[in-house]
Amino acid sequence: MFTTIPIIILLLPLLGFILMIFFGKKLPRQGDWLSSGLISISLLLSIYLLINKVSSHSEEMISHSFTWVLIGSGSIEIGIAIDNLAAVMLVVVTLVSALVHYFSMGYMKDDVRYSRYYAYLGLFSFSMLGIVITNNLLLMYAAWELVGISSYLLIGHWYEKKSASNAANKAFIVNRIGDFGMFIGIMILFFTYSTFTFETIFSSINSGHLPFGSEQWLTAAGILIFCGAVGKSAQFPLHVWLPDAMEGPTPVSALIHAATMVAAGVYLVARVFPMLTSDALLVIAYIGAITSLIAATIAITQFDIKKVLAYSTISQLGYMIMALGVGAFTAGFMHLVTHAAFKAGLFLGAGSVIYAMHESLHKAKDHHTDAQDVRNMGGLKSKMPITYITFLVFTLAISGIPFTSGFLSKDEILAGTLAFSTMNGHWILPVIGFAVAAMTALYMFRLLILTFHGKPADESIISGVKESPKVMTIPLMVLAALSLFVFYSFNPLGAASGWFYAAIEQPMSVVPELIQPASAHVFHEAVEHIHGMAMIISILMAASGVLLAFAMYQWKKVSADKLTERAGVLYKGAFNKWYFDEVYNMAFVGGTIILTKILRWFDENIIDGIVNGSATITKIISGISGWIDINVVDGLVNATANTADRAGGLLSKIQTGKVQVYLVYVVFSFLVLFILFL
Amino acid sequence: MEPSFLQWLADPGLSHFLILSAILFSLGIMAVLSKRNVIMVLMGVELILNSANINFIAFSRFTDLSLDGHMIGLFVIIVAAAEAAVALAIVLNAYKRFKTINLDDISMLKG
Repeated sequence: MFTTIPIIILLLPLLGFILMIFFGKKLPRQGDWLSSGLISISLLLSIYLLINKVSSHSEEMISHSFTWVLIGSGSIEIGIAIDNLAAVMLVVVTLVSALVHYFSMGYMKDDVRYSRYYAYLGLFSFSMLGIVITNNLLLMYAAWELVGISSYLLIGHWYEKKSASNAANKAFIVNRIGDFGMFIGIMILFFTYSTFTFETIFSSINSGHLPFGSEQWLTAAGILIFCGAVGKSAQFPLHVWLPDAMEGPTPVSALIHAATMVAAGVYLVARVFPMLTSDALLVIAYIGAITSLIAATIAITQFDIKKVLAYSTISQLGYMIMALGVGAFTAGFMHLVTHAAFKAGLFLGAGSVIYAMHESLHKAKDHHTDAQDVRNMGGLKSKMPITYITFLVFTLAISGIPFTSGFLSKDEILAGTLAFSTMNGHWILPVIGFAVAAMTALYMFRLLILTFHGKPADESIISGVKESPKVMTIPLMVLAALSLFVFYSFNPLGAASGWFYAAIEQPMSVVPELIQPASAHVFHEAVEHIHGMAMIISILMAASGVLLAFAMYQWKKVSADKLTERAGVLYKGAFNKWYFDEVYNMAFVGGTIILTKILRWFDENIIDGIVNGSATITKIISGISGWIDINVVDGLVNATANTADRAGGLLSKIQTGKVQVYLVYVVFSFLVLFILFL
Repeated sequence: MEPSFLQWLADPGLSHFLILSAILFSLGIMAVLSKRNVIMVLMGVELILNSANINFIAFSRFTDLSLDGHMIGLFVIIVAAAEAAVALAIVLNAYKRFKTINLDDISMLKG
């Protein structure tokens, strides 16, 4: 029975997609109830599955697989495998998806492609669930690409806008770069082990069978698979697509670009965690750290409410990746879950604000003011109390203030990085971690204060702002509740004693002893040692960030302008997103354009030259043969005809028609014959 | 006139008839070739036939062919009569058609 439930959970959104894409427009209310209902059933089933799975306290997997393809002597097995990791992830995905479904009923109301929007949400949910429940890399890769395409479709939902369709293209193409690496990694593994199934690959590695018999290749395979995560989870250097993806509808940003799809990369790393060597993990940790730092610095300087959240997402994803890299497996995955709740909430909250701003601007017939720019907001606190309070809870959570879910996971991550540095001296990782913690608090409270506190930037617009409808605020409240600590651990200051830590255990590494990362046991001991210190520093950092934000934007004690002036180049760099887009434009887009220009020149001059040359030669030859035809062949024919004609002309002169002339000939001829023969 | 010629003339033999026949034949040809009137052409044809008749009969008289020549001569006369009838009928038809019996105007076979 437990093997059928995950499949039902998986297929319900697909059913929704199929029904909606074909019949959506004909259904009452364009079928939003159908999609929402189906995903709600999936959610309930997922919760049921999770409770059963966790309360059974067994690490036993729900798995089922069958042979899909026979290739020669080998075969490709596909199937599902639900461990606690996947069970938790199922609930996260279906929960956020369901809430986004409800929220969209308000936010997307009156949209031109309402039913198609819901259809794509269903497709996305299906693909994402596919990634979660599969037991092999092949199916995961397929679902991975499906997620990519549904993300593309949803970012480009308003494709009439040039920027939206460009953003969709960018997201898809940048993702493809990462997926390419992932595909190579998968192929290395398949070439070596002739299977895609995780379990089989892990047990083969455990028995000492390495790709091409070398440990370096195992590291390489790990890093290559991680490339997929770099693309999907928007890690440096492929993070550039995520901020642009904010062109999509805001609920989509909440679902895909905050909570689930971008977390797929983290989930992938967690899935292949046992086969990652210490070197690969180190690379992963540093990529995560760099990403979180870069994104946090950019987030401080942005004014678009969604852009700030986008960079904050990248930064938090960097955190998760870093956590997995240093070996804080459970902390990293826990941050994924808690982040999914509060970041989806932040995006939905932002959506609620944007929606309200839009309505107000629309009523005021103002089409120039940007509804997403925080400089046009301010003072929304009293206008939208529910949105404000929930937004405050999410902000506290992401900033890592105690009693929130964010505190639990972030604290564990920071403790993990600190423990990692005590073991092998990579002190830069915790430094970045703590710095980013402070920055997170700073930019999130900056956003909160600029949006909700203070005086309205434009009284006339803000006075028209009203609280969003229930269908939008209830999902916010649910997510706000889920951002509290009780759902993850009953101890507000430590996650380690909660059910989550009990359920999600770090898998045993299967790589050879020499290149193995520190084992879970050793690592946990190091974390225990350092946990108190890490917690104090992390609270201090968060508090300092919050204080600085209040000092700068609420009490105006510190002038933000003067600070930016003093920061000079640094501010300018961060404000311009460290020029990643420009560099990529120059190097890759520009390079591609130059390459195409060269190819075009080659085409025009060489290829076309050859074609044109052969055409010219053919033309000349045909000219010659034409001349021969007209003058020689036709000449001969005509000459014959002419000769006959002329001869006829000559002979016809004899034919006078006069009988007597003929007789003269007869007589004359007779006389000639007579003379000749006698 | 030389006496020998007169002598020859006074003593008619085969050659006299042959010469006469030749003259008659030439006159016939002359008529056939030069006359424009179809009737005159037919008369010329009669002359030619008769010159042939003279030949037949002369050879019959001066050689030992006995009456064979006469027989053929009679035969020719009969054929000539038939021929004249047919020819005159043709002429009549031609006249009906062309409203003329001038040979120069009847030249439809002109190439």
